[in-house]
Amino acid sequence: MKYGNEIVLLALAAFAALLGAAFAQDSQFGAHMWVLFFALVAGAIVLLRTGNYAPVDILAEDKSPYMDGPIRYGVIATVFWGVTGFLVGVIVAAQLAFPDLNIEPWLNFGRLRPLHTSAVVFAFGGNALIATSFYVVQRTSRARLFGGNLAWYVFWGYQLFIVMAATGYLLGITQSREYAEPEWYVDIFLTVVWVAYLVVFLGTILNRKEPHIYVANWFYLAFIITIAMLHVVNNLAVPASFLGSKSYSLFSGVQDALTQWWYGHNAVGFFLTAGFLGMMYYFVPKQVDRPVYSYRLSIIHFWSLIFLYIWAGPHHLHYTALPDWAQTLGMVFSIMLWMPSWGGMINGLMTLSGAWDKIRTDPIVRMMVVAIAFYGMSTFEGPMMSIKAVNSLSHYTEWTIGHVHSGALGWNGMITFGAIYFLVPRLWGRERLYSMRMVTWHFWLATLGIVVYAAVMWVAGISQGLMWREYDEQGFLVYSFAESVAAMVPYYVVRTIGGLMYLAGALVMAFNVFMTIRGHLRQEEPMPGTVPALQPAQ
Amino acid sequence: MDYTTLRHFADSWGLLAMTAFFIGAVIFALRPGGREAAERAAQIPLKED
Repeated sequence: MKYGNEIVLLALAAFAALLGAAFAQDSQFGAHMWVLFFALVAGAIVLLRTGNYAPVDILAEDKSPYMDGPIRYGVIATVFWGVTGFLVGVIVAAQLAFPDLNIEPWLNFGRLRPLHTSAVVFAFGGNALIATSFYVVQRTSRARLFGGNLAWYVFWGYQLFIVMAATGYLLGITQSREYAEPEWYVDIFLTVVWVAYLVVFLGTILNRKEPHIYVANWFYLAFIITIAMLHVVNNLAVPASFLGSKSYSLFSGVQDALTQWWYGHNAVGFFLTAGFLGMMYYFVPKQVDRPVYSYRLSIIHFWSLIFLYIWAGPHHLHYTALPDWAQTLGMVFSIMLWMPSWGGMINGLMTLSGAWDKIRTDPIVRMMVVAIAFYGMSTFEGPMMSIKAVNSLSHYTEWTIGHVHSGALGWNGMITFGAIYFLVPRLWGRERLYSMRMVTWHFWLATLGIVVYAAVMWVAGISQGLMWREYDEQGFLVYSFAESVAAMVPYYVVRTIGGLMYLAGALVMAFNVFMTIRGHLRQEEPMPGTVPALQPAQ
Repeated sequence: MDYTTLRHFADSWGLLAMTAFFIGAVIFALRPGGREAAERAAQIPLKED
């Protein structure tokens, strides 16, 4: 019987969740176990209904050279979580501008904000990384995914992690570590899924028919291994009870803070940078149909990034109890990161040399180019903000939020959209996308949305920072904190509009992807420049 | 092994080993004759799927 073992395991796990709900130490853990129970039961029912009851040896095995099923699901999940995460982002932005929108207790800002960050970083970004890494590693290794159905476990296990994390936040379960909010039992589950991911990815590389390991796979592998290390160390905690939702960190005081920001900054460095650079080094050459500008520069980019990024975390703790030398170390390594980041940006952009016309004719290339440009901009801004003198103005202000979003929306978002538009026609065997014009619409909505967002947050952040440090001639603070909050309201409103534009672009993409999968082709004028103009005599 | 020992190891031999590895990796990437190998590697994604 197909999926026999999986169904039994799911049913057993659902029963364990039921026991967890029955013997829970606290009501939040009990509610969370009910969520888990229903998710597992739903999974078991779906498998039962799709399962085939013929003996296993009769069922034809999939003999195609590549395993693309989990990648197709991954692309759909990326689009779904992307739209969800952007929507929650718009909601939390609106909550800041209009506090009445905070609906207690489940939907107030404090609970929705981690839902937004996890949904965009881990659900949208993570699914994009898993799906594209499975696609890239197979094509560049010329080998099928290792481990058979393990890739399916990675996909569904990761979705379950997302559901548990998201529902936990709404229930108020958090260990209050930024970007690492899920509690101990969810962390342990993610560790198991992540090790399975590593096994599938590394196994495929070891089975490769291509002698050389292409550089994109180096970046993906660095991302998988480093995230495993960061996740495990940062979440070392002792649960207060075996069936309860509360745990206490192994570290205390400033050590705890440093561990958290070692994790936090490398989540940026390895999840949002290294992994997405793997995307850049495969999808940009593919879409432009030219090899990467300098392969040797890409190798140096890789090693410099790996050796420098891991030290940059302390810049999140300037002017705190962290020893001064550690703060300076974090600042110096952040500044050194300028070089590999810009080396990588130049390498990505110069891949277009000789094919610059594609920026005009191919909206997917345009998206990728803007992504790389934003990578360059945010990796310039970041080191600048890590300088202590600048940080004393920028830290704790909206400037940081603007910086994060120019990186996340501009670099991670745009390169992912480019990869999705590249993948969807190929994965579903379609001649082309449903509509190229809609890609252009998505491009402009997203780009203008980011520009509005980032520009407004710069102004907001710098005003905020200057208001906080404004003294009168007698040494008293000129503004109360509440006055600096009130000054933010117009910026918060405009920021919400920027986010709405970005969300609208994502909805256009979701429609385009849906229609492409359904096999429709929109009748539309071709992009200018793709069809040679007729001469008068013709 | 206490914190001080680890710290001294990290900023002496550990630092030296990592710097040497990094410089070695850069020199290896730029070695004479590395260009052809790099150009072949750069073509990997562009060969048929």
